[in-house]
This record gives sequence, C-alpha cells and structure tokens, in this order.
Amino acid sequence: MTVANTISRAEVGASPRRPPPAQESGAVHWLKKNLFSSPFNTAMTLLALWALFVTLPDVIAWAFLDAIWRTDDPAACRAAAGACWAVITEKHRVILFGTFPYEEHWRGTLAIVAIVGMAIISAFKRFWSAWLFGAWLAAIGIVLVLLLGGVFGLTPTGTHQWGGLPLTLLMFVGTVVGGMPAAVLLALGRRSSLPAIKALCVGFIEVVRGVPLITVLFMASLMFPLFMPEGMTIDKFLRAQIGMILFFAAYAAEIVRGGLQAIPRGQYEAADALGLSYRQKTGRIILPQALKIVLPALMNDIIRAFKNTTFVSIIGLFDVLGATATALEDPRWVLYAQEAYIFIFVLYFAFCYSMSKYSEHIERDLSKGRNL
Amino acid sequence: MGFRNWAYQLLVVSAIIGVAAYMVGNAQDAMEKRGISTGFGFLLEEAGFDIGETPIAFQSTDTFLRAYGAAIMNTLKVSIFSIVFATILGVVLGIARLSSNMLIAKLSSAYVELFRNTPQLVQIIFWYTIITQLPVPKQAVSLFDMAFLTNRGLVVPWPEPNPAYLWTLLAFVGACVTAVLVVRWADASRRRSGRRVSVLWWNVALIAGAPLAVWMFSGAPTTVSIPKLQGFNFVGGAAMSPEFLALLLGLSLYIAAFIAEIVRAGIQSITKGQIEASRAINLSPSDTYRKVILPQALRVMVPPAAAQYVSLVKNSSLGVAIGYPELFNVNNTIVTLSGHTIEAIGMMMATYLTIALVIASIMNLYNKSVQIKER
Repeated sequence: MTVANTISRAEVGASPRRPPPAQESGAVHWLKKNLFSSPFNTAMTLLALWALFVTLPDVIAWAFLDAIWRTDDPAACRAAAGACWAVITEKHRVILFGTFPYEEHWRGTLAIVAIVGMAIISAFKRFWSAWLFGAWLAAIGIVLVLLLGGVFGLTPTGTHQWGGLPLTLLMFVGTVVGGMPAAVLLALGRRSSLPAIKALCVGFIEVVRGVPLITVLFMASLMFPLFMPEGMTIDKFLRAQIGMILFFAAYAAEIVRGGLQAIPRGQYEAADALGLSYRQKTGRIILPQALKIVLPALMNDIIRAFKNTTFVSIIGLFDVLGATATALEDPRWVLYAQEAYIFIFVLYFAFCYSMSKYSEHIERDLSKGRNL
Repeated sequence: MGFRNWAYQLLVVSAIIGVAAYMVGNAQDAMEKRGISTGFGFLLEEAGFDIGETPIAFQSTDTFLRAYGAAIMNTLKVSIFSIVFATILGVVLGIARLSSNMLIAKLSSAYVELFRNTPQLVQIIFWYTIITQLPVPKQAVSLFDMAFLTNRGLVVPWPEPNPAYLWTLLAFVGACVTAVLVVRWADASRRRSGRRVSVLWWNVALIAGAPLAVWMFSGAPTTVSIPKLQGFNFVGGAAMSPEFLALLLGLSLYIAAFIAEIVRAGIQSITKGQIEASRAINLSPSDTYRKVILPQALRVMVPPAAAQYVSLVKNSSLGVAIGYPELFNVNNTIVTLSGHTIEAIGMMMATYLTIALVIASIMNLYNKSVQIKER
C-alpha cells in the first residue's frame, strides 16, 4: 500500500471567490431567458410585439390623446376622433343611482359606503364570528332604512325608484346572506338519511342547476304572481331577490356538500361517541370544518353571484347595467354607448378582481394551516 | 328510523303538497277568469309572429310548435359554434399562460383576468353596440376583400352547395375513424409481438388523402361564393346577423377564459416526475404526450369543462337582451301572444334541463373512458 495514492488533493482554506458566469445575470440574460429562449419563442415574442405595436398606439390615441373628457355638448364629441368620456361625467348620476330621486343620492352613497365597508371588515379573519353575521344583518337593516326612507324624516322612496350601484350591491349582499343558510340546509338535506327530505333537496338542486338563471328570475317575476291569490302582490325587487337566492343556494349547496363529504368519518363517529345531538354535531363539529375547506370554491360562486346581478336588468330592474341602458336612451348620447359600457366594465372589474385576488389570498392562508 | 323522523317527513311533504295545490288552484282561477283553457293544445294554433332568423323556414302562419322548434335550433346553433370557438381559444390561451415566453404568458393571463372578472351580459351588450355602430355596407370593414364586417353583421365566403362537399366531409370523418382504429391495431400488435409499427405517416396520408381523392373523383368543384356589394347590402357568401355575431363573441370569449384556466390546471397537475419517468423508460416524445400527459390531464379537465359547456348553453338565453331569437326570447313572445304562461315556461325549462342533461351524460361517458382503469 502506497501512501502517496491516498493523499487528499483538497486545498486548505477557502478558494478565491470567482465572478458568476457572465450570461447568468443582467438584462440581456433576462431577455434571453424570458423572451428569446428558442427560435419558436423568438418568433412568438416578435409576433406579440408586432401586434402590440399595431394596436396600442391607436388604442392610446382613442382612449386618452384624442378623447373628450368634459363637455355637456355631444357635438364636441362628434368632432373629436377619440373617446367621448364626457358621456360619463354627464350621466354618472344616472348610471350610479338609476331613477333614485336626485336630492336623495346622498342616501344611496351612504348605502354603498355601508356595504363596501362591511365587506372590507369581513375580509379580516380576526372578525370572523357569529357576530359578523349579525353585523351584516344590522348593516342590511341600515341600508334598507336609507333606501326605503319614510322614517327619521327621510322622504319615502319605494323599491320601484331604486337603481344603480346601491341596488346592485344590495341585491348581491341579499343573495349571499339569504342564500348561504339555504345552501347549508340544502346540502345537509341532500346527505340526510330521511328519504323524503333527501329526494326533495336533490330534486330542487338538480332542477335549478339545470336551467338558466334568467328563467328562474322570469318565473319569479312572471309566474309567481299567477300563483298568488287575487289582489295579493309581492314587490318586484323582492321577487327578483328570491329568484337570485334560490339560484345561488342551489349552486352553493353542491359546494357545501363537497365540504361535508371531505370530512373524515372519524369526526362524525367521535361526535356520536361523545353523545352529541345531531344539531350539536353538525353545528359545532362538522360545519365549521366543512365551510373552511370550501371557502375558496364558495368565493368563486360569490363572485359569479355578483356578476349575475346584471341579469335583473332583463326583467326590468335598474341595476348598474339597467341604469346605464336608461342613461343611453338619451338620443344625444346614444352614440357613445361604448364609452359608458367601458366605464361599467371598469366598475364591475374593480369589485370582481378584488374579490378574486382576496379568494386566492384566503386559499393560500387556509392551506398553510392544513400542512402543519 | 324512529317515529319522529317519519312524522317530520310527512309534515314537510304534506306542507309542500298543500302549498303547491293552493298555488295551482290560484293559477287555475286566474286562468279561468281570463278565459284561457289550460293544456298544450295551443301549440298547434297559428303563431302570428315572425322570427328574425331561423335555420328552418318559418312564417307567421306556422304553428307555435314550429316557432318553438326554430327557437331551439337557434339556441343550439349559437351554442355549438360558441363551444367550438371557446374550446380552441381556451386551449391556446391555457397553453400560452404556461409558456416560458413571459410576454405571451402575461398577455394570456391579462385576457383571462379581464374576461373572467366582468359580467357576461355586459360583454354581450358591449359587442352588440360595437357591431351596430360599424359602418354601413358601402364602407364595410374588408378582410382581404373576402369577408366584410358591417353594421349588418359579418359575411364570409362559403362554398356553393354541391353534393361533393358532403362526400368529402364524410370521407374525412371516415378517414379519422379508420386512423384511430389503425392506431389501436398498432398498439395491440406491439403488445403481442413487442415490435413497434410506425403508423404515423400512414395515418397522415389517410386523413389528407382520402378526402382529397373523393373531392377529385366527384369533379373537384372549386366554386366558392364570395360576398359582393350589390345596392345597399352584400349578396352571396354566408351571412351572420349582428345579434348572432354579438352573442357568439359574448358566449365564446367569456367561456374561453374559464377553459384556459381549466387547461392550465390540467397541464399543471402532471408532475415533472411523470415526464422524467417516461423519458427514463425510453418513450418517444409523442408517446409521452399521447400516453402519459394527455390521459391524465384530460381526467382533470373533463368534468369542469363539461360544467362550462352547460353554463354556455344556458347563458345563450342572454340573447334576449340583444334580440337574438333563441329559445328564451321566442318563448317570451309565445307567452305574451298565447297567454299560456305556465305551459310555455314549463316547456322551456324542460328543454333547457334536457339539453343540460344530454351534455352532462355525453361528458360523463367520455369521462368514464378517460378515467383510471383499475384492474
């Protein structure tokens, strides 16, 4: 055995620091890696850049450079080459508040503030409790007082005068607040061991999910009065609200059911072993866990419920979309419908996008706990 | 099950039956007072209204039933075109979102966020206002002088009717079916003998060659009708009305955003190990894609895609907002003219329910075929 062969060639101490390879950093490398990594990618990048180059300048010129921002004379818009945003400065009151009396718009504004404020509070996990549900009911009560009037010296304003963003938001909140308990009951009913209850819940859920929302609303607004005794009428807003709640509940029930099925059987058995009643078992053990699992999926449905509030404009309510259509009936501004619709696109996008980003955040937040 | 449970159920069921009977009674009273007999007999009466566009001939002297059929065909027409368009666009966008090319990925994700987070109804109405504000046919927006976009919709070149096209189409379908059978045979023979039979080029030749041969054999017709301006409108070609076009765009561009998300999730569900493992056992890239990635991705993608298709068909009822004569819209007219509210709405709901169930069961069958076969 020779000693020389076993001598390590490792150097003692740190070797001198070497610079990173030239291509691994810097703007050129970033471009190479993200935009020009292969001939195909280079072609795609050039194609996309060309498309942007062709369209963007025109879009910017139309939307900003040549646009008319403020004028009460549509003729000025016709002379300009760009967008006529003046239609919004002229008509924003109608778009945001519909046919609500002009002097009372402050009440509509307060209603919007109340609902958006409650939504922001609900976003924080530390406020999640049974109290929050109560707070929502109280907020809805305040909003109803603001919109209905007739008390505290407020001028009475009937639901037929409601419109715009307050109507959209109230319809949305009413749908979720009214639909969630119904969804939980339907989901529990569908998993019930009582055959008649189960069949009723399955039938309701499947039929409502199989037909378009607009037919449900149509039934609520057109067919429902037929079924009532003569002389008895139910408010149009309320009928639409009931239709929205039923539709939302059927979809949300299926999601809640998914959550109920995801709870391991041991949880049910442990609750039974402790001698808990059905109500205690469901309310304190199963539902809190199930709802937590399905929250991200529920958020998708809630966002859809927000987008679906536009459907009530078809049955003649003046939500933001319906109010915009009314505003555009003015023949002087009818040519600038695109600008008005782009404005409400931005409005709806702001609400939906923040909800969807929040839902992504909550999904990450909740899955963190489960991996521990 | 105890006595109490049975009592509960009896109570709920009898309460629901009671309320239903009460409501139906009210409705019958109301109908009798207006002098409307209940029943479906009205369907054979003369409709007395016109429908803007129909795939089958329809006049106001035809029956309500025929109006109903025409409306269902309009609903199916716009839905089928939209599903095809939405699927193609959605798959492209979904793959683009995962592209290593950052620009492409960002553009695709901007599209998805924009279209997912705005109401579909506003989108449909927006497209409609844009189309109706396009120039008149005399100043049409021309696409290579072949297709023209005007405030009356879109006209595109269309082959002049000739039985040869039908035969060519049939030959194409036949060639596709044969190609699938050839691939199955090749797989089976490889399993038996262990020898690989390359059938790719045979199949390419078959799919391209068979329709071509049939087309040549049946006289190689090349006459395509290109739209031409005549007077105030275009003649020739195939025309799409502004309503159809707006609804097509509104339905397909919105659903494409959701399909893109489904495709992305499906592809991302394949772990890297799967691809490395198939490389390790020396599968060719095409086999890796065909036998490893696609079957597993489809398993994840099919159920949510089916739900989106059903949602698309149901939302075709939004055509009512822009006056496209689909089922819901025509049904409204039928309700107004005949007075048979309950029967007409019941029929309409049953129709939508049937369409939804048919799509769901087709997708279920397909889903079963891509599910894991446990042996």
